[in-house]
Amino acid sequence: MSTVAGAPKQRTPIRPARVLLHTFLVVTALAWLAPLLWALLAAMRPYAETSEKGYVSWPDKLTLDNFTNAFTQSDMTHYFVNTLIIAVPAVLLTLLLSSMVAFYVSRFDFRVNLSLLLLFTAGNLLPQQVIITPLYRLYLLIDLPGITMSGKLYDSALGLVLIHVAFQSGFCTFVLSNYMRSLPHELTEAALVDGASVWRLYWQIVLPLCKPAMAALATLLSIWIYNDFFWAIVLISTGENMPITSALNNLSGQYFTDPNLVAAGALLTAIPTLIVYFVLQRQFVSGLTLGANKG
Amino acid sequence: MSTDTSTENPEAAAEPSPGAASRKRPTGHRRLLTRRDRITLGLMAGLPTILHIALVWLTALASIALAFTSWNGIGFDSIQWVGLQNFRELFTSNPQFWPAVEHNVVWFVVLILLPTPFGLFLAVQLDKSIRFSRVYQTAFFLPVVMSLAVIGFVWQLVYNPDTGLINSVIGANKPGHYIDWIGDPDLNLWAVLIAASWRHAGYMMILYLAGLKGVDPALREASALDGANEWQTFKNVVFPTLRPTNTVVLVVTIIEALRAFDLVFVFNKGAQGTELLSILVTNNIIGESSRIGYGSAIAVVLLVISLAVIIPYLIATFRKERRA
Repeated sequence: MSTVAGAPKQRTPIRPARVLLHTFLVVTALAWLAPLLWALLAAMRPYAETSEKGYVSWPDKLTLDNFTNAFTQSDMTHYFVNTLIIAVPAVLLTLLLSSMVAFYVSRFDFRVNLSLLLLFTAGNLLPQQVIITPLYRLYLLIDLPGITMSGKLYDSALGLVLIHVAFQSGFCTFVLSNYMRSLPHELTEAALVDGASVWRLYWQIVLPLCKPAMAALATLLSIWIYNDFFWAIVLISTGENMPITSALNNLSGQYFTDPNLVAAGALLTAIPTLIVYFVLQRQFVSGLTLGANKG
Repeated sequence: MSTDTSTENPEAAAEPSPGAASRKRPTGHRRLLTRRDRITLGLMAGLPTILHIALVWLTALASIALAFTSWNGIGFDSIQWVGLQNFRELFTSNPQFWPAVEHNVVWFVVLILLPTPFGLFLAVQLDKSIRFSRVYQTAFFLPVVMSLAVIGFVWQLVYNPDTGLINSVIGANKPGHYIDWIGDPDLNLWAVLIAASWRHAGYMMILYLAGLKGVDPALREASALDGANEWQTFKNVVFPTLRPTNTVVLVVTIIEALRAFDLVFVFNKGAQGTELLSILVTNNIIGESSRIGYGSAIAVVLLVISLAVIIPYLIATFRKERRA
């Protein structure tokens, strides 16, 4: 296909194939968003109106009442804070610990390196349910009087932080060790010859160079840990202590007679991850593919 | 890729590096380490490893051990060795076990046959440097960012017999016409799988988009010059180069199928028609009856299936890395 001379390369002239493609993509994208738009529409309509006119009807008025009601009636702030208390330390600790292991296995030639890396990578691929039964018993067994509200590791934010860190450090170690391995050898070797300690090597030379990978992983981890449902469902028993996603489960049981309110609650729960995604899209996507491109 | 630092003999690693060769001490990093450095390093690797092993691998091993016992969870002295009895009961008399295995398999087959190729198709289309590509990508990718629990609630609104989108649109929301998408044991697995596929396609699209970025444009041009049409180019040139991505996609999809839990738990807690291995394990913990040994036996089945996938994958991955 010959393009008009001088036309910018990006702007291909209108071709039937392109029109067809765009039509297809627009229709599919709208179909893809339909469940979310449906939830949004339901959430913006008063229950009285929909129960009278049915859900497929022209809305008389659209309000944010359901959102404010869901937010205040179910004490969502409290659950958001719970999530924050779990997610922030979990993300930071995971990055710190897995970068240390990655540093160890990628910058030195110890015999255990490969086994260590295999151990972490394989651990992350296991389904969570494989380990939950003994973990649950273990958490009930560990007494932490005065440290956690429940007096045990069970039903505590600390317990969730620990399992998130232990589990997620597998993926992060794998990604970070690949990343660190691509840094030039001379970099650390020269510093070692000059007498720098390994901690300095790690903290002042290697870690700052890993910033892009760490940012990508931090985005990914925040979303994963925020979205966690399984660990919280099994390892937290008190409704008060639940993070937002599992608290939503309780909320929907409580308000199942008003689907519009549940829709509002579900959408509110999704907002933080959507914000993180829209703001840090590039980091998120590169994080997902950091692990996948190798392989 | 970079040189491999984990080789067996440090001499070989240091030899080809020109920077190291010029120096007087042709060694790996190891020989430069002081005693203090070694301790620091030991702690740096040791502490995370202990945490990981204690919570992930020791519990996995404990699952195996407990699978051969009967235990109600109260006091260690009530643990009884029962040999293979849990497995015998599981395989022969548990009415939920084989359906659960079957559903996990169906889950995988559906994900790999429908949303995965569709995600690839979307990726190929969006890779054509078209306008608004970002907007389309975001639309397809949005479900991947959301919690599966939230997705479960959103799709319940779609499937609700009375007020849901589908029944409202097809006019099945009147008494006598109800289609109970989540309650009907013949329909509910498929209903859940549509929601799961909705999310999976976006995930696969992103993985394939990243893979397609790595395809050398020269290959495509050469193929076009040879007179191949779009489909022939894709089939003979692009798809074969996506091999590494395909491996990852396959492994990710199997693991997702084995891990499937949240959606089903939110929909109907794995009752009638949507049983899954993960749900059976969980029911033994948070259900009324605490049967630790029995729950562990199901977990062991899950573990064995997982390892059958994980081990070959890791061997292949790490062998390639060694060669690189």
